[in-house]
Order: sequence, then structure tokens, then C-alpha cells
Amino acid sequence: MRILATFVAVLCFLNSKAVPSDTIRVCGNCDQKSITAAIAAAQPHDFLAIESGEYKEGNILIDKPLTLLGIDWPVVDGNLENEILTITADSVSISGLQIQNVGVSYTKDQAGISAQKVSNISIENNRLFNTFFGVYLKNCSQSRVVNNDFVGNAEKEISSGNAIQLWYSKEILVENNQVRNHRDGIYLEFVDDSEIINNVSEGNLRYGLHFMFSDHNNYHRNTFKNNGAGVAVMFSKFIEMVDNSFEDNWGTAAYGLLLKEIYDGKIEGNLFNQNTIAIYGESANRLQIQNNTFSNNGWALKILGSCMDNNFTRNNFIGNTFDITTNSPRNYNTYDGNYWSQYSGYDLDRDGFGDVPHRPMKLFSYLVSRSESSIVLMRSFFVDIINFAEKVTPMFTPKTLIDSSPLMKPLL
Amino acid sequence: MNRTLKYTFYDLIRSWWCYAYFGFYFLTAGAILYLSGDANRAVASLMNIIIILSPLVGTLFATMYYYNSREFMELLLAQPVRRRSIFLGQYLGLAGSLSLSFLLGLIIPFIVLGFFGSEFGNFLMLSITGVLLTFIFSAIAYWIAIRHENRIVGFGIAIFTWLFLAVIYDGIFLLILILFEDYPLDKLTLGLTMLNPIDLSRILLMLKLDISALMGYTGAVFQKFFGTNAGITIAFGASALWILIPVMSFLRKAARKDF
Amino acid sequence: MIELKKVTKSFGKQVVLDEINLNITPGSISAILGPNGSGKTTIIKSILGLVIPNSGEIYVDNQPTIHQWQYRSKIDYLPQIARFPENLTVKELLALVKDMRSQESSEDDLLKRFGLVESVDKKLRNLSGGTRQKVNIVITFMFDNPVLILDEPSSGLDPVSLLTLKDLVLEEKAKGKTILLTTHIMSLVENLADEVVFLLEGKVYFQGTKDEIISLTPASDLERSIAHLLSNSHQEQPVSANQMEESYE
Repeated sequence: MRILATFVAVLCFLNSKAVPSDTIRVCGNCDQKSITAAIAAAQPHDFLAIESGEYKEGNILIDKPLTLLGIDWPVVDGNLENEILTITADSVSISGLQIQNVGVSYTKDQAGISAQKVSNISIENNRLFNTFFGVYLKNCSQSRVVNNDFVGNAEKEISSGNAIQLWYSKEILVENNQVRNHRDGIYLEFVDDSEIINNVSEGNLRYGLHFMFSDHNNYHRNTFKNNGAGVAVMFSKFIEMVDNSFEDNWGTAAYGLLLKEIYDGKIEGNLFNQNTIAIYGESANRLQIQNNTFSNNGWALKILGSCMDNNFTRNNFIGNTFDITTNSPRNYNTYDGNYWSQYSGYDLDRDGFGDVPHRPMKLFSYLVSRSESSIVLMRSFFVDIINFAEKVTPMFTPKTLIDSSPLMKPLL
Repeated sequence: MNRTLKYTFYDLIRSWWCYAYFGFYFLTAGAILYLSGDANRAVASLMNIIIILSPLVGTLFATMYYYNSREFMELLLAQPVRRRSIFLGQYLGLAGSLSLSFLLGLIIPFIVLGFFGSEFGNFLMLSITGVLLTFIFSAIAYWIAIRHENRIVGFGIAIFTWLFLAVIYDGIFLLILILFEDYPLDKLTLGLTMLNPIDLSRILLMLKLDISALMGYTGAVFQKFFGTNAGITIAFGASALWILIPVMSFLRKAARKDF
Repeated sequence: MIELKKVTKSFGKQVVLDEINLNITPGSISAILGPNGSGKTTIIKSILGLVIPNSGEIYVDNQPTIHQWQYRSKIDYLPQIARFPENLTVKELLALVKDMRSQESSEDDLLKRFGLVESVDKKLRNLSGGTRQKVNIVITFMFDNPVLILDEPSSGLDPVSLLTLKDLVLEEKAKGKTILLTTHIMSLVENLADEVVFLLEGKVYFQGTKDEIISLTPASDLERSIAHLLSNSHQEQPVSANQMEESYE
């Protein structure tokens, strides 16, 4: 009786320890030669140590909480046919795997790793090569995608997927990933309360980062470089965009940051360099845009008439072909205390602010917004003359589009 | 023709004008390349200068040279040489010496500041444009000067022609684009660009300079057009016509004119 | 040697040469005289092909000249105004003309006679008007061709050079050349010309020897008789003379 009681107590004790896990080895000479077989044999919370080698497997279903750890970069190859890892259980952790060659499908969004209706997923330190979609989380929460390296080989938008796609999810951390050559680098749709930190997204066909209908998210310290069209933030509220760099998004339809139907965001401390259009705003409202640097862009700001109550303060505008253009005769945004390299005024009272207000919008910008073809006259001597005339006596550009305290020196 | 060309060239290449012109491009190109650091930007600034100044200097220089050499011309015409050879030789010597001053003024800063290798494509485009514009506008000015004995009238018309093509034309162009903003304007825009050698040079340089991305849809239309062999042939054909028509016209005028 | 047949030239409405017939005697020096605007320079320029007549024919050495250019190798021409490319040196200018004519030339002696030896390496813009005229003369006389046309050869010359010029002209005549000149200096006509052509209102008013022209007027020397002709040319009827009738045929 005492022995039985002790046994039960010990069992209970062991049970209360969350992970009574076994380690299952997977390798060419092990008992478990394939990951699929190892999962089938595993108990929940077991630990799968996958040793180096090539595993030609697809449609691996992880339906219990397991930890998959690759040792010396085992390669899991989907043979260009199916999805590779599909997670349907909570608390799955995957790391150290090289996952490659997911089949391209026009009907199913097949991924290197996908997860559905689960939480506490951790995808860390993996390499995903040529995986159509890389990591695809649907209806997930409280999960992490960290330190992964994604390299796709997207050629056309229609036959390519996104590196990281989050759908109807919340509280997801996407950090320190390298994302290359997909359709979108990172795509969020109906995702709330998530953080995108310190990722590098470059050379993607469409957007480096793409938000749709996603509120209360932050993205900090990311680099978006050389993407087809830059970063798009659409139909979203309360997005914080801080300390990112948007570079070399150069092409006829490219921009650094596209804002469409967004409210109450913050754009702070970012660098916009060498983009065709640094920020394109359409129905963007109540944004704080401050301490950013816009340099060497075609247009620094293309702010349509539908944008209201945005504040542009303490930004640097340096060496852009056009600093601002809008398509409307009116302006409902404020510009104050920015540095404009095209400003030609003086500062007699030496307070650091120019004594003459600056009108950052040129007449030519306005004409181009009316008739797009007139861009052919860019850099014509005539255009210089009319710009000067408009600067002296504004007639066509919005009267309130004015910075009445332009900085004399750029902010560091 | 070769003989007149040779001596006109010798005469002019040692003139104050050619030194000044060389000096101007040497200093400007040097300063811009040295100060801007970014070669692409420097080339864009140089483009702005070249497309305005080369036509102006070509115009002024050709008109002035024609009127100044009016008396010497009588001596030349009394020699046993065809009229056509004399005028063609003089025109080529004139445009040639001006082009050489321009090219030297441009190439030395490129070489000295180490941009010649890396920016060779852009350099070549700037050079071709500058030389073409010089030849075009010297020919036009020569034609105007030969038609007008009164040098004040001749100067006036030549400068107005430059002003028209460099400035007023673009004003009318812009007005047309704004007035007909509701219609598709691709072909019209292309056509109007072809008709003005300054606009044509500007567009060709901008397409080369990767500013074309700023030009959006219109830029893409131009890029596509000038990307084809036919497009580039038409562009150079248009430039060639801009030289040939004034040259043929002044030779015709010269053949019948009393001196 | 030089022959004009019914040559007409008008500039706009102004008729400068009106069906002129003229035959310049070979081997002689002929001076073309007349009031300003009577067509002296136009005749010379027509012969040289600088001015293209509206109608008529011109022959040099029995060859038609209009719209031709080769015949000009037989003519040495001294233009009225001596302006040259400013940045060439005298030597280069001479080389230029020699180059264009591709003919034998002997300029060394001429340069000495006009005291230009020191100046051959100077640029033309640094030379005075008189010196440039001397260069002009050297260019004309350094070739040896059968016809010599001089348009106001004396302008800007100092007396010594003028004398040298006269000597030169006479030397050339001695070689048997046909020489045509226009001038306002009557002493030059008096010293040099064998024959005088007097133009008036686009027509040859008189062609003949110096003595014949003197005999036509009450004056006793050439200068005065020319002055008489010039001052009365608008009031008086043309004086009839055999040569004139010929020219009206």
C-alpha cells in the first residue's frame, strides 16, 4: 500500500514536470530513418534529434507538441512536389533544419513550414531555400519566427510565394530573419499586436514588407532594400514604423513606403535613400512623421489630396529631385521645422531657423501631377524658369503647403 | 574643302573664344565632378549645362565668325576653288574647333579625377550630345547669318532661334500637354521631342542616366522606343537631319549669293 | 582677254549694271572710274564670280566664267579691304593662299620690298591696317598669272609703299599681263593706266585712252577732266564718242 502510494506520488510528480520527454534520433543508420516515421513513433513533448543527411520527405504532419532539432544541417527536401512541414499542434519547435524545394502550386499555398490554429510555435535558426511560401502561419498566436534565412527564386509574381506569411494571427514575433527573392518578403493580413524587428528583406519581386488589415503592429530596425515596390502598409491602424531603412527601391512603380488607408501611425527615425518615391500616401491620416531622413530620392513625398492631419516635423530632405508633390490644390497636413537642402533663405537672427518660409512644392511637380506626360520636360531650362516664378509668387501650388520654420542645418 | 577646313580650324583653335570655352568646361566639369562625389549626379548637372550652353555658344560663335570673316571670304572666293568647298570647309573647321575645345574641357577632368573608366558610358553620351548640338546650332546660325547681310538682324534672329528651341519651345510643349491632358499623348510627346534637338538630347541623356525611373509611364514609353534599333536610328536620323538641312540650305544660299 | 556681253545686275530694284558690254584690251592697264555706286566694284566682282549677274555673259581668256571656278586660277585679285583670320601668322596666311591655288609663288622678294620680313611670324591681328594692306598686296603679286585685278590698291599705303606698288604694277605689265584696277587716286590712273573705262548709272559712259578723255572735256589734265565728268554727269547729255557708240550697239 505504501509502495503503491509512493509509486503514484512519483508518477504524479513526474507528470507535473511538463516534459517527461524522450529523445528520438533520426538518421540513416538509426532506428528512425525518416522524420515522418519518427513523429509517428514519438510521444507528445518528445525531442527529435535529426542528424545530418538528406531526407526526401514531404507532407510531414506534426500533430503533437514536439521539438525538432537538426544537427549539422540535415536537409529536408520536398522534391518540388508538396508542402514539407505542417504543424497542427501547439508548442512545436523547429530549428536547425535546411528545408528546401517545396512544390509550386497555383491552388494551394504550400510552404516550407506551415501552422494552423495553434500557438506557442517556435521556428528558429532554419534555412529555407526555394520553398514557394517559406513560413506560413494561419490563425496562430504567441509564436516566434526568429533567425531564419529565406532564399527563394521567385521570377514571376503569379508563380511565387511570400517568405513569411501571417494570416489571422496575433502576438507573433518576427525577428532577425534574412528574406530574399520571394514575392513579398514578409506579408501580414489580419494580424494584430505583432512585432517585426531587425529583419533584412531584399530583392523581393513585390514588397519587402506588406501589411493588410493589421492593427497595432510595430516594425523596428528593419532594412528594406532593392525590392520591386518597397514596403506597403494598407488598411491598418496604429502601426509604428521606427528606425528602418528603405533603400534602392528604384523603378517606374517603386517606392520606399506605400501608405494606403492607414490611421494613427508613427513613422520615426527612418532612412529613405534612393527610392523613386520615398513615401507615397493615399488616404493616410493622423500620422506623426518625424526625424526621418529623405535623401537622393526621385520624390521624397507624394502625398495625395486624400491625406489629412499628418505632421511632418524635424525631417531631413536632402538632394531629392522633388521634395513634395500632391495632386490637390489644398493641403491639410503640417510641415514644420524640417531641413530642406533646396531651401535658399537666410537666418539673420541666428536661431537656427530660416527667416523666410520655405515652399517645398515646385510648380513642375504640380504640372506633372496634372498631366503625367509633362515629365518629359524634366530638367528643361523652361521648367527652371517657371519653378522660380512660382516660388516668387505662388499661384498653383497649395498656399498652406509651407514650412514656416525651416532648419538651416540638417539634423543628425 | 580640306584646305579651308584646316586653316579655319588652325585660326579658331587659337582664338580667345576657344580657350575661354575650353576653360569654362574644364573648370565647371572639374568642379562639379570633384564637389559632388556622386558621378551620376555630376553627369546630370553637366547635362543641364551642356544642353543649354553648347547650342548658345555654337550659335554666337558661328554668327560672329561668319560676319567677321566676311571680307576675308571675298579673297577666298576669288581663288580657283568651288564655293561649296569654301563654305563647307569653314563650317566644319568652325564646328570642329568648338567641339574640340568642348571635348578637351570635358575629358581632362574625367581622366584626372578618375571617372573616365567608371563613367565612360555617361562621358560618351555627354560628348556625343555636346558635339551634335554644336554642329547643329553652328549650322543653323551659319544659315541665318548667310541669309542676312545686316549683322544686327542676323545676330538677333540667331539668338532668337536659340531662345526658341532652348526655352520657348518647351513652354509651348508644356502648354499643349496640359491643354490636352485628357487625351493619350505618347505619340505626340515623342514627336515633339524629336522635333527639337535640345529636347531630344535631354531625353536621350536622361534615359541613359537612370533618371528614367522618375519618368513613370511616359519614361517607360520613351525607354521602350529608344531601346529599339528603330528608335535609336530615328533619333540619330533626326539629329542628322538637324545638321543636314541647315548645311544644305546654307550651301544652296551660298551658291547663289552675291558677295 | 576679258569680255563682258550684255551683263545686267540688279540688287533688288536697284539696277547696278545695265546690259554692259566691255572689252578689256589684253596686255594693258585699264582703270575703271566712276562716281560712287556706279558699279565699279560690281563689275570686278562679276568677273571674279563673287557676284552672279542676272543675265549676260563674261569671258576670261575666251572661256565663259559664270558658275565656273577653274578660270580663277588665271586671275590674281587684290580685294579692297584687307581683313584676314586674326589668329593666323602672315606666313600661315601665305601658306593658306598658296595651298588653295596650288601654284608656284615667289613671295620672298615681295616681302623684302615691302619690309615685311620681320613680320612673317606675327599674328595678323597684331598688324596695323597699312601693314595688312601690304600683306594683301604680297598675296596678290606672289603668283604669276595673266590677269591682275586690283580693287583700290592704294588704300592705307604710305608714300614709299605706294611707289613700290606702282613699280610692281608696271613690272607686271611689262610681262604682258592684262591689268584691271579701280581707284580714287587720279595720280595712280595718270601714272599707270593705258585705258580708262568710265561708268555712269550702270552703263559704260566712256572707254578710251587718257588723252581721249581729256579731249572730251574743257579741262587740261586727266584729274580735272574726270572731275568735270563727275560733277556734270547728272546734267549733261552723254558726250558722243566713237567708243561709246560701239558700246551701245
